[in-house]
Amino acid sequence: MHSFKGFLLKEFYHIFRDRRTAAILFGMPLIQLLLFGFAIRNEIQEVNLGIYDQSHDAVTRQITDKLASSGYFVMTKELHSTKEIEHAFAEGGIAEAIVFEPGFASRMIREGRANVQVLTDGSNPNISKIITGYTGSVLQDYRNTAFKTAEVGVEAVPLMMFNPELKSVNLFVPGLMALILMLVSALMTSISITREKESGTMEVLLVSSLRPVEIIVGKVVPYFLLSFVNVVTVVALASFVFGVPCRGSVTLLMLESLLFIVTALSLGIFISTITSSQQVAMMISLAGLLLPTILLSGFIFPVASMPLPLRMISNLIPAKWYLIIVRGIMLKGTSFGFIWKETLVLAVMGAVLMVASIKKFKTRL
Amino acid sequence: MSEPVIHTDKLTKRFGDFVAVDALSLTISSGEIFGFLGANGAGKTTAIRMLTGLLAPTSGKATVAGFDLYTGAEGVKRNIGYMSQRFSLYDDLTVRENIRFFAGIYGLTDQAIKEKSRQLLETLKLVAVADTRLASLPLGWKQKLAFSVAILHEPKIVFLDEPTGGVDPVTRRRFWDMIYEASGRGLTIFVTTHYMDEAEYCNRLCIMVDGKVAVLDRPEAMKRHFGVESMNEVFIQLARPHRTE
Repeated sequence: MHSFKGFLLKEFYHIFRDRRTAAILFGMPLIQLLLFGFAIRNEIQEVNLGIYDQSHDAVTRQITDKLASSGYFVMTKELHSTKEIEHAFAEGGIAEAIVFEPGFASRMIREGRANVQVLTDGSNPNISKIITGYTGSVLQDYRNTAFKTAEVGVEAVPLMMFNPELKSVNLFVPGLMALILMLVSALMTSISITREKESGTMEVLLVSSLRPVEIIVGKVVPYFLLSFVNVVTVVALASFVFGVPCRGSVTLLMLESLLFIVTALSLGIFISTITSSQQVAMMISLAGLLLPTILLSGFIFPVASMPLPLRMISNLIPAKWYLIIVRGIMLKGTSFGFIWKETLVLAVMGAVLMVASIKKFKTRL
Repeated sequence: MSEPVIHTDKLTKRFGDFVAVDALSLTISSGEIFGFLGANGAGKTTAIRMLTGLLAPTSGKATVAGFDLYTGAEGVKRNIGYMSQRFSLYDDLTVRENIRFFAGIYGLTDQAIKEKSRQLLETLKLVAVADTRLASLPLGWKQKLAFSVAILHEPKIVFLDEPTGGVDPVTRRRFWDMIYEASGRGLTIFVTTHYMDEAEYCNRLCIMVDGKVAVLDRPEAMKRHFGVESMNEVFIQLARPHRTE
């Protein structure tokens, strides 16, 4: 027990004295959260808008004002011909153009309908789709308020449950937690164990009176604690800086995170048992863990829209299950009753990896 | 010479079809400096790994420090020290922290660790750099420290796996002075080396060729037997037939 304490102390020295390790452990979660929170957004703001108003009447002006004051658009250009529209798109000055037909207001009053043409820059289909949607809803809104009595027929009233403002940071935070935990737990652990192998100190540790289990546990405990600190930091920052809610039980969230950390740590140990160089361990961790965590877990691209083979592969990625759990707890306030299956999958993955890596570690002796 | 501290009887290690160590039988007495030589891949490292309990033998018997290799692993561990060719210390810890750490994992008590650290720093004249990180110390100092740390818990045997790799001749000579001194106190030294001048410092030598013991004798006797002047020539004569494979 005494020698084990010394071993733990040594691990913390390693972590805090190596500037790169310390930077990855403490800087990365912060930087990533800020990056994903501020820079990478799905919601669109300040779309450059061009208006080709062939009517210039009270109604078109009202609609234009409404668009401008919606917060989504910035009036950038007054256009005067179809040619000019094309030119403005080509030089990239505008992302959307709106064309009002001549005699817009009178036609609206006479026939109850008038035509607006909405043109967007299709070279970025995602943005086009989103801003077309915004424009549609602003127009709809105008029609509803201005011609209340004229409204007939079915109207769809969309409500985005659990994330009504469609804030993308709400979507990114759970994925980010998975990513950071993978990085800290799996990558750092595998590097730290293979470093001992490279420097020849692993043999000395094994020859000493430390038991192999103590060596593994001693390697894992510091990263376990630090990972947990990272989870708490990310959740707290997300909540205070970005207003990301945690609607479910915080305790449940933390417990599930601990489970995921254990799974990731087992992965890290497993990687270090199959390789003996830090570089290989790093490559395996980056290519084999981080990329799938980013691409296949549903972090950025929804799993449901992947082709079948990729969907099947995604089932093998721990982060996928963790992501479902965290999104459920944080955004939907889900209770354990709805996520026990995902929890079970994670637990089984963790157990299998742990047993496999301990077996592997022992047979090396 | 007194009672044997290492005794092996047909100790064998196979990796699949490959026999790394083939029926190794050795008896090493306490206080002896035992040199273990062989070309790369001759089975030296595998043998050391078996004797230190890092690798389970395939067959054969062995006792180390009076403990059976199969059943007394804990006892073996308590009574051996080990120093690998890379000095096996931590560059990012200070001299004092390294001493404390290794003393700790070898099971010394807090009181003993304090006392030993102080003594060691003084005898090695490292008091001034006790709180300097190891990375900035010269190789020779690290090597001395590594050896001292490996025998801090007063083991019966210390295994040195190519302890002088990449060190200049003067430092190497000083290192062997330390080895002689430790052996004088009754410590058994089991050392592998590539340097033939070092081989001559050993009491007895074992030269391995392809996992088997080719010769096991005192250096002078070996030279006489082969009718040559130096250990270098002995080694080349033994290794030559296998070069042509």
